Amino acid sequence: MAVEILMPALSPTMEEGKLSKWVKKEGDTVSAGDVIAEIETDKATMEVEAVDEGILGKILVAEGTEEVKVNSPIAVLLEEGDDASAADTVASAAPVAAAAPAPVAEPAPAATPAAPAAPVVSVAPADPEIPAGTKMVSMTVREALRDAMAEEMRRNENVFLMGEEVAQYQGAYKISQGLLDEFGEKRVIDTPITEHGFTGLAVGAAMAGLNPIVEFMTFNFAMQAIDHIINSAAKTLYMSGGQMGAPMVFRGANGAAARVGAQHSQDYAAWYASIPGLKVVQPYTAADAKGLLKAAIRDPNPVVFLENEILYGQHFDVPDVEDLVLPIGKAKVVREGTDATMVSWSIGMTYALQAVDELAKQGVSVELIDLRTIRPLDMDTVLASVRKTGRLVTVEEAFPICSVSAEIAYQVQSEAFDWLDAPILRVTGKDVPMPYAANLEKLALPNAKEVIDAVKAVTYTA
Amino acid sequence: MAGTQSKSSGGRAKSATKARGAMKNAPAIAEFSKEEELNAYREMLFIRRFEEKAGQLYGMGLIGGFCHLYIGQEAVVVGMEMAKEQGDQMITSYRDHAHMLACGMDPKGVMAELTGRSGGLSKGKGGSMHMFSKEKEFYGGHGIVGAQVALGTGLAFANRYKENGKVSMAFFGDGAANQGQIYESFNMAKLWNLPVIYVIENNKYGMGTSIERASSTTDLSQRGASFGIPGVQVDGMDVRAVKAATDYAMDWCRTGNGPYILEMITYRYRGHSMSDPAKYRSKDEVQKMRSEHDPIEQVRARLLEKEWASEDELKALDKEVRAVVAASAEFATNDPEPDASELYTDILL
Repeated sequence: MAVEILMPALSPTMEEGKLSKWVKKEGDTVSAGDVIAEIETDKATMEVEAVDEGILGKILVAEGTEEVKVNSPIAVLLEEGDDASAADTVASAAPVAAAAPAPVAEPAPAATPAAPAAPVVSVAPADPEIPAGTKMVSMTVREALRDAMAEEMRRNENVFLMGEEVAQYQGAYKISQGLLDEFGEKRVIDTPITEHGFTGLAVGAAMAGLNPIVEFMTFNFAMQAIDHIINSAAKTLYMSGGQMGAPMVFRGANGAAARVGAQHSQDYAAWYASIPGLKVVQPYTAADAKGLLKAAIRDPNPVVFLENEILYGQHFDVPDVEDLVLPIGKAKVVREGTDATMVSWSIGMTYALQAVDELAKQGVSVELIDLRTIRPLDMDTVLASVRKTGRLVTVEEAFPICSVSAEIAYQVQSEAFDWLDAPILRVTGKDVPMPYAANLEKLALPNAKEVIDAVKAVTYTA
Repeated sequence: MAGTQSKSSGGRAKSATKARGAMKNAPAIAEFSKEEELNAYREMLFIRRFEEKAGQLYGMGLIGGFCHLYIGQEAVVVGMEMAKEQGDQMITSYRDHAHMLACGMDPKGVMAELTGRSGGLSKGKGGSMHMFSKEKEFYGGHGIVGAQVALGTGLAFANRYKENGKVSMAFFGDGAANQGQIYESFNMAKLWNLPVIYVIENNKYGMGTSIERASSTTDLSQRGASFGIPGVQVDGMDVRAVKAATDYAMDWCRTGNGPYILEMITYRYRGHSMSDPAKYRSKDEVQKMRSEHDPIEQVRARLLEKEWASEDELKALDKEVRAVVAASAEFATNDPEPDASELYTDILL
């Protein structure tokens, strides 16, 4: 059967081009892959190769013709045994034949259909009830994180920990203390100092069904590996149409420590929180660190778990229950109040708590919410509080521009505009690389006074 | 691991005594049986016809974005597929259609993914560069040059962790061979003796830059030397050479010796992607490879010479292959686009 050869597109944006030269002439035999013509656009000259074999029956567009539309017939190819007249038959029917595949190929018409609304994120369940009378154990965040990993490694043999100094050295910050002794070198693995490589390796292992915990000594070094966290781990489930993903945890110290300078002092929450396909957790207390890390390890999705070096050594009460698993995506109202809402998380909570206590003495009642999870963001809890108080202050250590607080402020004005009685104010780290000098570092970070001032400003009590 | 020391020199010597032209240390070629020749011929022809059709559909505007064709390199993936065992994994870059076809993924699903339709292997959400199959042990389809090498090393890590005896094959090009994470992966793979074959598909050009202009040393088979990873150069246009080298490398990995490098010397006839006019090389160079080293023609000539197949039988085979490709194109053209509701699915589990 005779087939048409159509004017090909060299790129998705090409609409027409010049047929500059016929390499084969009418009557020539061509095989698949033979160059039959050359076409030209403003960008390049390309060769047109035959896809089928046959005889070039008729040339429909003479060489030198400009503005030949993509997909219009340029020649007719005859199969062995075809009569030459078949070329004319096909050619005369050409417009119809050429039009046939066009409707599906054409880009969407001017009136692009509206994107469907994003599905409502199902509300995370509340924290499990801790029975009255449960013994509370005072524990550091460091111990809580270690216990969380140990408990999950006992529960599931596909869970393993890898990172720099996690095994023999017992962890650069001693988070993995004792794990090598209990689980052995198969499951507690010291890596070379190659974040890019070992993160990619861990994502590959997750795709093959394991549940890696990747420890970054600090998240500053994870910038070397961010391609694998985002392009390999977060996007694979979507790109595979749901067939394959990366059930794993990326964890480690994030944010400023003390006097370690600009390259070791950055909060990456906003970076990871902007990526669909990731969950991002940033706990403050030891109980939340334990319960949320256990949840992260069990989660079938990649979870970025941002810890804080300053908090590692702080003590908190942790309920002494068998299996403390807390819901990812659920904020916690830490203090109830009526005059203003304050939203904070991670180390920001230290400034927030100091400020709330001081303000209480001054007769200002602040409702304090610990976000705990940054993605998915529990806006229901934040909005319910803002609708009650009419005022909002956020507290975080990160840079201000495009920060998590910027997102919260956007969502609050969008969803609770009519309830707001004052502009939303935020307290953040300053918009500077972290300085080394002690006095400058102090200036670069938030403090309780800035938080108190912000609350006084939104409550008009300054 | 015991035995590593004595074997690492054996990688070059034992079954690699017969020097083959310019190829360095390649194991001797084992002649194919009639069944193997016919199988290789059919598989390679299928890939070529499929890719030609993909190029055609791209030209018609049915395939968008990037589309990297494998034409010319068919012997590499087909020879390796012939040497692999069930459960061995493959992972590669964006020039991935052939790998998927070779490991048995549905051609209709592959073509429909190229056209972005709901019946595509990734429901139309991945495209030419992103398809996966747990069932066929194909782990993608990756668009960031070199990323698949660290990921493929992780597949090998999982094999060792599970002690399942399987081998991972991580494919990458000569261009990717200069990426830093390749060497981070080499280091860990040898440090932990992971069962991974690094397959360098050296088609001589990283996009438009020839290997000589991009690499300080061009014998990529020796890029593992400072990590203690043996490697050989293989005539990647001869499917028998590919199979023989892979058999050797598979045995090396499966018996606990750690990683192995196969540098497949190959050639792509088409541009880097569909929109590449290929001005960086001469037409004569391409034509010479096509006429003198074509992987499919080599098998065809042997089949005819040994009278294992007649012209008519090969023609019938070609027709059969074309019919499968045509059916794939037909499906990929008429299958509906994904439903708008798919926009928000498969982001999280």
